[in-house]
Amino acid sequence: MGEDKSDVLQGTLDLMVLKTLESMRSLHGYGIARRIEQVSNETIRLNQGSIYPALLRLEQRGWIKSEWGTSDNNRRAKYYSLSRIGRKQIEKETENWERIATTMARFLTTSR
Amino acid sequence: MDQLRILLSRCIAFCHRKELDRDLDDELRSHIEFAIEENCRRGMSEEEARTAALCEFGGVTQIREEYRVQRSFPFVETLLRDIRYALRQLRDSPGFAVTAILTLAVGIGANVVTFSVLNGIVLRPLDVPHPENLLQIGDYESYPDYFDYQDRNQSFSGMLAYKVLSVGIGIDKSVSTSWGDAASGNYFDVLGLQPALGRFFHASDEHGLESAPYIVLGYDFWKRRFGASPHILGKVVTLNQHPFTVLGVAPHNFHGTDFFFWPDYWIPAVNAQQVTGWDDFDERRHRAFTLLGRLNPGITQQQATHDMGAIARQLAKQYSDDEGLTLTVHKPGPAGRRNDPTKQVLLVMTLLAVLVLVATCANLAGIFAARAANRSNELAICLAIGSSRWAVARQLLTEAVLVSLIGGINGTCFASLLLGTLSHWRPGDLPTHFLIAPDARVYLVAITLSITSGIAFALLPARQVWSTDVVQAIKGGYVFAGSLHRFAMRDALLLIQVAVCTLLVSSVLVAVRGMVQSLRAPLGIAPTDVTLAQVDLKVAGVPDPQSRIVQKRLLDTAAAIPGVTDAATSDYVPFLSAWVWSVYSWDTTQFSPSHVAFDALTYSVSPGYFQVAGTHLLSGRDFTPDDKPGAPTVAIVNMTFARRLFGTTRALGKRFKLFDPVKLKIIGVVEDGKYIDPGEDPQPTIFLAYAQGIGPYMVSSPITVLVRSPLPQDQIADALHHSLSQVVSTAPFSIVPWSGAIDRSMIPARTAALALGVMGLMAAMLAVTGILGMASYLVSKRMKEQGIRIALGARPFQVLHSTLKRPCLLLLAGLCLGLGASMLTDQLLTHIVSYASVRDPMILAAAMTMMTLLGLFAMAAPARRALAIDPAQLLRE
Repeated sequence: MGEDKSDVLQGTLDLMVLKTLESMRSLHGYGIARRIEQVSNETIRLNQGSIYPALLRLEQRGWIKSEWGTSDNNRRAKYYSLSRIGRKQIEKETENWERIATTMARFLTTSR
Repeated sequence: MDQLRILLSRCIAFCHRKELDRDLDDELRSHIEFAIEENCRRGMSEEEARTAALCEFGGVTQIREEYRVQRSFPFVETLLRDIRYALRQLRDSPGFAVTAILTLAVGIGANVVTFSVLNGIVLRPLDVPHPENLLQIGDYESYPDYFDYQDRNQSFSGMLAYKVLSVGIGIDKSVSTSWGDAASGNYFDVLGLQPALGRFFHASDEHGLESAPYIVLGYDFWKRRFGASPHILGKVVTLNQHPFTVLGVAPHNFHGTDFFFWPDYWIPAVNAQQVTGWDDFDERRHRAFTLLGRLNPGITQQQATHDMGAIARQLAKQYSDDEGLTLTVHKPGPAGRRNDPTKQVLLVMTLLAVLVLVATCANLAGIFAARAANRSNELAICLAIGSSRWAVARQLLTEAVLVSLIGGINGTCFASLLLGTLSHWRPGDLPTHFLIAPDARVYLVAITLSITSGIAFALLPARQVWSTDVVQAIKGGYVFAGSLHRFAMRDALLLIQVAVCTLLVSSVLVAVRGMVQSLRAPLGIAPTDVTLAQVDLKVAGVPDPQSRIVQKRLLDTAAAIPGVTDAATSDYVPFLSAWVWSVYSWDTTQFSPSHVAFDALTYSVSPGYFQVAGTHLLSGRDFTPDDKPGAPTVAIVNMTFARRLFGTTRALGKRFKLFDPVKLKIIGVVEDGKYIDPGEDPQPTIFLAYAQGIGPYMVSSPITVLVRSPLPQDQIADALHHSLSQVVSTAPFSIVPWSGAIDRSMIPARTAALALGVMGLMAAMLAVTGILGMASYLVSKRMKEQGIRIALGARPFQVLHSTLKRPCLLLLAGLCLGLGASMLTDQLLTHIVSYASVRDPMILAAAMTMMTLLGLFAMAAPARRALAIDPAQLLRE
């Protein structure tokens, strides 16, 4: 199983969190971590804890905001959601990532 | 934008550290609980679910740490934590904290005071544009020479001259004494100043003697006397009854070109003669002017000195009055003047202050090293349980810097209080100011000193931490590696400290003894019960020919006051003012500087002066009313005069000449006395008959009426003021008790003695804490060993001998070293303190006794501790 999983690529976690929050609107840290694992079909090896420094990073930039709330099963948790700047930022970050991906793809095709 | 937002968020987070820490903990806990719940739902047992959740999460502590590092400013947070810990440590050992802080406060305080004075007097440039290329030419020069220097030199783009005047200034009919400068027309232009109001006078305003009756007011004077009125321009004020038109006001921060003396006003020098009556302009002998020049670009001070020296030599050849004229060029102010006593005193003080700092540093190093040794176990445990060496060293460093800063701030606060008081001190009625309040530069030095000393002394224990053998440390006992070879350094520290303290203590003893001696020295006068009333007849507008009549009326009026037993007059009086004439021997025919026998203080007195003053006439007679104009001119001299001119005190009937030349016959010899300050060496002094005058200067303009009366001081002062004002109403009288004037003349000596005393006290304190620190350190280091010795039957004396032998030897060696050093500085010390010397066996003995007592006192506590060692308890530990 371990063979199929790969580490989170440097710099991609932030975008994953942003995209998760875009589709889920508002979610707590555990939810975000689980969602990323699920979406990746469990192919990403994520230390769930590392989501928190990433969340702090995004919050410091003002891209996401947080507030304490209560979950469905009545547990207190901190809920994160996208801010206005964050919403705009997703486009930029997506573009950025696609450019890198295309470039990478080009490298891979030419060297084949 | 992003960066700014991140910074802002970090700042906010920094302020809410505790709250955010709690938040994070809550959030992580809820995360784990969500995970456990989900794992349980998948069918794991509670135990398995928890393990899996923690596993999925990764290292909680690492995440928390990473989060924290990213959240705000980890460096600052660590620092704060270190500071909090250090404060707790200091609170737990108040003895150490107080000693270290006091020691540093003393060392840094002394240096702030000295540096402020140095900064205010020596380092501070004149407050004019480009002070760096402004130089003083010679010390005091004559006005004709000034013109020659100005015309012939190649080094200066501009050269100005000025001298200090004291005149009666009349504003709206009220006359008061004031001090100002008579300056060459180009004064303000060479300095490059702009007026605050109106305009300055310029060289173009001068067209020969008495051609420019203009006055420029000093800013403070303008504010004080004219309420800063803008309508002052064009107003006429009188100087010694001569009208002067107000041209302008000098800028706010300009206080003239002297350092202590702040003139009230400036007038063109061409009009000074009109005011003072002194012919300064054609007389090469009258050296009263200070010369300043602006250096041409590219010319060095040395080149200028060379250039001006050559001109001076030319002038010396050309004019007999300039015979032997030499000239140097130097920085203006007390720093530059040759043989300036202020500078010498300051140098000595600076030297002593630096010594205090050296003693402080040696002391602190000892204290910190001893403390590190006492804490060796605690530090070793920190290392053993995983603290990094850097973290422990950083902790020690924080502590040391903290102690240093607290000490430095305390010292600086105390120093600025002291300096504030000094700055407001006005000796006498001169407009004298000491601008020595500490400025930014001084504070910067103080902080730098504190931090540097803190770091320097923390390095010592930090080095020990570095080389600590943890295993040894845990086993107990004294553990820091390499302790033996560091002994040499610690010994050296104590040695230096004791030596420096001995030097300081002996300086103080010299100062105190000097003071006592100078108080005991005979003054040659009996000032008690004598009151002086001084008036300047020139200020009062009394023309020269009439002044003898006015003097007689003043004398008669004073003598008639009920309660006055004796009255006399003199132009100048000892301790208040002085006049000096050059003396020539009887056979001199050439009256040029090289033929002068010596300069003598000269007083023109009325008959009966010696009786009022309480000066003993040793031989001959006093003046009588028969010594009047037309009669042979006579003089009474003191013993020093007689001995210097004739080699004997039997001088009756012998004759000499004065500068004018005035031919005089000696009719009496009086005892020697003190004339300017109580610490001076014997000076040759002449007394002349006031009625006969001195050559063309038939009478002098200042008059002092001396009365002896048993009445209370304020009563006699009122009576004098009342009666004398009826004789001369156009100028103010200044009335003082003679003993008050003498007290005032002793202020410099007292200040110096006080400063030395304070330093000595500091030194004593440092010596005590230093020896105490060293001795207690030795005791605590050898506790276990001594315990074993006691258990094996050592007697108390043997214990004391083995623990305190070393500090005792060091004390002795330091003492010898210090006394040797103070012998070497004897020359310097005698510059400030007369009448005493380190070579005095009394002082040597006193210094030795004092240091020994201080040493014994300091060793008492550690000795008690060594004796109280309980071997049983020590062995149990």
